Amino acid sequence: MTWIWSNTDYIWDKTLVHLGLSVPPVLLAFVISLPIGWLANRVAWLRGVLLTASGLIYAIPSFALLVALPGIIGLYPLRSSTNLIVGLTLYGVALMVRSTADGLRAVEADVLQSASAVGYSPWQRFWRVELPLAGPVLLAGLRVVVVSTVSLATVGGILGINGLGLLFNDGLQRSILAEIGTGIVLTIVMALVLDGLLVLLGRVLMPWAGREPGPRSRRQEAVTA
Amino acid sequence: MNVFLDSLAWLADPVHLAGPNGVPARLGEHVLYSLAAVAIAAVVAIPVGFLIGHTGRGRTVAVALTGGVRALPTVGLVFLLALVLGIGITAPMIAFVVLAIPSILAGAYSGFEAVDRATIDAARAVGMTEWQIVTRVELPLGLPLLIGGLRSALLQVVATTTIAATVGAGGLGIYIFTGLRSNDYTQMFAGSLVVIALAVVLEVLFSVLQRLVVPAGVAAGRPLDTRVTTSRSAAAKATSLQEGTQ
Repeated sequence: MTWIWSNTDYIWDKTLVHLGLSVPPVLLAFVISLPIGWLANRVAWLRGVLLTASGLIYAIPSFALLVALPGIIGLYPLRSSTNLIVGLTLYGVALMVRSTADGLRAVEADVLQSASAVGYSPWQRFWRVELPLAGPVLLAGLRVVVVSTVSLATVGGILGINGLGLLFNDGLQRSILAEIGTGIVLTIVMALVLDGLLVLLGRVLMPWAGREPGPRSRRQEAVTA
Repeated sequence: MNVFLDSLAWLADPVHLAGPNGVPARLGEHVLYSLAAVAIAAVVAIPVGFLIGHTGRGRTVAVALTGGVRALPTVGLVFLLALVLGIGITAPMIAFVVLAIPSILAGAYSGFEAVDRATIDAARAVGMTEWQIVTRVELPLGLPLLIGGLRSALLQVVATTTIAATVGAGGLGIYIFTGLRSNDYTQMFAGSLVVIALAVVLEVLFSVLQRLVVPAGVAAGRPLDTRVTTSRSAAAKATSLQEGTQ
């Protein structure tokens, strides 16, 4: 415990850096997966290809991916924040593409036809009808992404990338149990806080959702489970 | 592109193929650890998952557990246990089992839950005992989801084993770790290529297996490509359990 009190500045600094590394990949993943998920839902044969590809990317162990990416892309060094952000974004996209495709697919064809019939252009229809209706599934997917991103970002610590992961590295090397414990607790707390913020955001943006335990609830649970 | 050629050359070098630190030996070690951890976790998680799925009790706890473990940083867990229990395979093994249990548990209970209540009522109506319902109805129908859970668990453990090389567990992560220490990127890249190949092969094997275990009756009655999938068939096809591993 004394370690914690004498290192509060250091811990706070690592926490902020960690937050700064975790949020961009989540936002990027959401934005990037929208067109990909839309495409997967639109072009029948692409769906299988894109979902299989994202499944394969997600299957790659994080440590190996972070090591291999700089060599494959060749634009940034191994021990850089960019490396971590690119890697985490890739995982986020791999998760979100499925959620986006599933969410858009769950929007009923009748609703879409009605929107077209009352004069929505395809562009308007997507932003004002399809996307909001797919919202709850997208939110469920994003919640998974945010929690796993915060947790995965610690892997960068082994490579020496700044963030809460450094507490693990340093704690192991100097045999400070409290340092590793602090890192674990802060990572979990950050993941839960960001997850909670997403839930709140969902309530604000989609006040209609989550009230009716409709037939889709089981599916959403499967996504959150 | 040079790093690819260098790494392939590194992998082809006979020096790196022979002995206890050779690629085949480390690969075997990696696979063995992963399978052992998943097997231990399965022995614990499958019966509990079936019980939760069959009775519907304890579901909230199981869901919370699954969600909570996703937030748990694997590196932290592995390092913490290593510091407490010492360098070697014991500490990482405990971490692997802890990390594998939630996916398997979720696969087991959600597989049972995905079975239509009417099907279970029908089974009961034709006189099946509870045990028969479990083994002849719920188990075969829930098998694809259980396999999905096993697959996430295995990939999770394969990923964690890579990290565990840092605390002396062996396995393929050793090349990445040694390379990191000696600034030898070629070795790191070669090691990560083998790890990636292993993960991709396992992912493909399991997705094939997952399709094969869908009972013939379910596969025949499955809607091919309708816009609105029923929760029943969606559950049978779902791979979403895989989410949130690493």
